[in-house]
Amino acid sequence: MTARWRIWRGPILLVAGLLVAWQILFVIAGEMALRSPLQTVVLTVRLLSGPQLWPHIGETMTAFAAAIFFSVTLGLATGLTLGFSRLAGLIFEPMLVAVYSIPKLTLYPILLLTFGLGMSAKVAFGAIHGIIPISLFTINAIRNIRPILIKTGRVLNYSALEMAWRILIPAALPEIFTGIRIGFALTLIGTLLGEMFASQRGLGNLLMRAMGLHNVDLIMVITFILTVVAAVASGLLLAIDRGLRHRMSAQE
Amino acid sequence: MKHLALLRLAVIVLAVAAVEVLCRKGVIDAFTMPAPSKILADLWSMLISGKHNAAIAKTMSNAGVALGISIACGILIAVLVHRLLLVREALDPLFATYYAVPVIAFYPLLIILFGVGDAPKIAIATMLSIIAVIVNTLNGLDRVPRVLLKTARIVRMTHAEAALRVTLPYAMPYVLTGVKFAVAYSLIGIIGSEFIMSSDGIGFEIAFAYNNFDNATMYPLIVLVLIISIGLNLVISIWERSMLGRRGLR
Repeated sequence: MTARWRIWRGPILLVAGLLVAWQILFVIAGEMALRSPLQTVVLTVRLLSGPQLWPHIGETMTAFAAAIFFSVTLGLATGLTLGFSRLAGLIFEPMLVAVYSIPKLTLYPILLLTFGLGMSAKVAFGAIHGIIPISLFTINAIRNIRPILIKTGRVLNYSALEMAWRILIPAALPEIFTGIRIGFALTLIGTLLGEMFASQRGLGNLLMRAMGLHNVDLIMVITFILTVVAAVASGLLLAIDRGLRHRMSAQE
Repeated sequence: MKHLALLRLAVIVLAVAAVEVLCRKGVIDAFTMPAPSKILADLWSMLISGKHNAAIAKTMSNAGVALGISIACGILIAVLVHRLLLVREALDPLFATYYAVPVIAFYPLLIILFGVGDAPKIAIATMLSIIAVIVNTLNGLDRVPRVLLKTARIVRMTHAEAALRVTLPYAMPYVLTGVKFAVAYSLIGIIGSEFIMSSDGIGFEIAFAYNNFDNATMYPLIVLVLIISIGLNLVISIWERSMLGRRGLR
């Protein structure tokens, strides 16, 4: 009981604090600027029980699913290659770090010109946000693998693919998963930003239009849904992440 | 170490040269992307003519203000929160999920709160970058060896003195890691909000050029932002590494 309380104490305090701050902000700023927490929840339930939002949610989910697929596969492939080949890793890792730090939002017109307005542009936008953190974490994870495991693979004459699947990924899983968790969050942001600027459908685009029309109800509902979904999803991933690390350290 | 830097340079030069060839051969048409040499020439003439200097100065000064607020307040908040265990416990899940939330969605709200102008943009940029500074400063403060804290207590330093002379200097490389992210985030915040709703700044000019198919303005501006952010990042990285090097950590 007490252990369970300890896990939940932080998040509960946080949510309570945020709700109080939100309500205070509402009292100060008023109806013109935002809705109170209660009003927002009521509005969200009402909009979600109607058909209005679901096509946009579906569109965003599809784009996000495609983007996360590319983030994870390309990120893992890059990370495994660079982590395993020492020279390539030394050459390319600093470049990846530099690209990771650039404000990628400025690149959206280039992606629009390359992919055109629509699904592929926002998928690409989401994926470029996620690929780099996943590859950087994978590179480090591979480097931290105990050399004896890799030697064992060599002795067993594993091919590169078998080596990756049977040894590298399982041994480096907790760290790789941390990369995927961070990549997940960034891919979600990237997809939404892509929808805001490079699309005519989806929640991001709906938010953009609501901003243009000053539709406070819709702005509040979309922001609320996005925030809750993002926070819950990354909370879950964080819990799995901790579990994996715990299991790994227990084995040693 | 030296020939590694050369190899890296060679890879970059080859990549740019390949793009240059593709552009000249017409594989990438000029409507999608002008050749790199042309982008640089355009950038040069744009800076000389001073056509967009006001917009560049606007964006950079806004980003600078947001960065300054984030660094100053971020470090202060981290130092204050570091000792308050319950507050820390409540904030940890916030830090863990913060960057999964599209903060830029709060921009319309901030426009209503602060009015149209620089204030809501600076607010967004600060909201984005301050958390990176706080998280990394806390990470640095967590790593201060206990012997240093004890020494501070033995020479009877006050809390403020200990923070300024012992813990913060020790945490400095970690703070710099946060500052590196904060540079990128403050630029993202300012330029992103200029894209959405604004009448000046680099983001506005890029969006305007995009809508007018004006690649001769759009690409140089994008490249300028990339050069500035990568340049700042490099300078901070070198500073960070020399600090760690003096401690024999690298």
